[in-house]
Amino acid sequence: MTKRIVITGIGLTSPIGNNLGEMRTNLIEGKSGIAETDIRYMGKRPAGLCDFDEFKYQKKKMRRRGTRAGSIGIYCANEALADAGITVDDSNRNDIGVFIGLTEHGNVETEEEIYQMHENDLDYRLWSIHHNPRTVSNSPAGEITLNLGIHGPHFTVGAACAGGNMGLIQGVQQILLGEVETALCGGLSESPATFGIFAAFNAQGALGSHPKDASLASRPLCETRNGITIAEGGCVYHIETLESAEKRNAKIYGEILAYSYNSDGTDFVLPNSERQIQCMNKALDRANLTVEDIDIVNLHATGTVMGDINEVKAVSEVFNESKNTYINFTKGHIGHTMGAAGALELAGNLPSFEDGIVHPGINVVKLDPNCEMNNLVINKAIETNDIDIILNNSFGMLGINSTVIIRKI
Amino acid sequence: MSTVDVKQVVLDIIADVAPDEDLSTLKSSDALREQLDLDSMDFLDIVMELRKRHKVEVPSEDYSHLASLDSCVAYLTPKFA
Repeated sequence: MTKRIVITGIGLTSPIGNNLGEMRTNLIEGKSGIAETDIRYMGKRPAGLCDFDEFKYQKKKMRRRGTRAGSIGIYCANEALADAGITVDDSNRNDIGVFIGLTEHGNVETEEEIYQMHENDLDYRLWSIHHNPRTVSNSPAGEITLNLGIHGPHFTVGAACAGGNMGLIQGVQQILLGEVETALCGGLSESPATFGIFAAFNAQGALGSHPKDASLASRPLCETRNGITIAEGGCVYHIETLESAEKRNAKIYGEILAYSYNSDGTDFVLPNSERQIQCMNKALDRANLTVEDIDIVNLHATGTVMGDINEVKAVSEVFNESKNTYINFTKGHIGHTMGAAGALELAGNLPSFEDGIVHPGINVVKLDPNCEMNNLVINKAIETNDIDIILNNSFGMLGINSTVIIRKI
Repeated sequence: MSTVDVKQVVLDIIADVAPDEDLSTLKSSDALREQLDLDSMDFLDIVMELRKRHKVEVPSEDYSHLASLDSCVAYLTPKFA
């Protein structure tokens, strides 16, 4: 890359914490944030919800006008700025960009309007005047700029469940292009607020459940896994050049060393191991690293039968020669946070640079023999001497793959 | 519905449309926009809520009648008859 770009602020909300410290503690302790929640028409289903204070940074009126996705984004963006020690004012409001990865957007609002219309004798005149601004696809990123008075560019990156990584990558690219000086970038999801996504995964036979304990519904790599557990969440990074960060003596979480993304071009929903391998190798080549240089790989591992097997196959092939690369995953704790997943799961691993701990992937009651791999960290955290480089995978429907590599500074 | 009840209907809607506002000091005779942080979208919201909650229609040419609490009550009371 022509500029060295670093992470200097993290704002997040997840089913296991509303800041990085809380989330990290619960990741290491193996706490699940999944519980039963009422889903319209479908009754109680396991899901991951966030309990951040919506009004910490947003007026009630703006929350009423806006969306849950926007509210998550506003919370995370403000937390990221506070963490970075940045205040938006006339000196910088033109130079900050907002780039947010999404899996989907507008389903929550559209479902609600149709429901309300149905409850009111199909009177279309009751359709909300706020529907258009709520459902335009730049909405959550735009809400962040409205809240913060940011005048730099904003847009969302539609990238299915690779959205979190892709939002971060977009922020990096916009700095490299010179379009912005700094970026608020990452991903978010409000998916549990829409029954349609539950119904769709249910129809595909891919909605995670457990006969006795909702906290075990999300169990990637477990022999009895049966699908995705839908969750909400958000993670927004404040990124800037290393030069800028050093100049203001900012805390640096890590350097974004390389990234890559590609397309399967093969199937609407089934992943493609070959393209995942290609994606990881491309990022490693760009970073000029060998597999032995990578200390942690965070699997995308959603808990679907075929998705996990395909990914394990891909990661095993790439990292087969490495004796020191630990493999973990995050969705056992927090479920699948969709557009937030890539960014949120990366954040969960970043404190390893300081504490040397590799958090486990949890809920693996019995490891699927088809998912066995070297150095898999499951159910119990591992303490190591030194973690210097993390590789974060995030994949999505329609065959979109993304890899980000972060180095300790 | 009495004028007192109609006034309460309007206040309830404003409380929902503008939840950050303190309505306890609202002067009935003064323009709402001079006392509250309301914009054109908020007034459309008020019209929508009147339709949704009370089946009361306010055509666009009559929006000016929603300027103050008093004018709202004077205009809407016959519609609640």
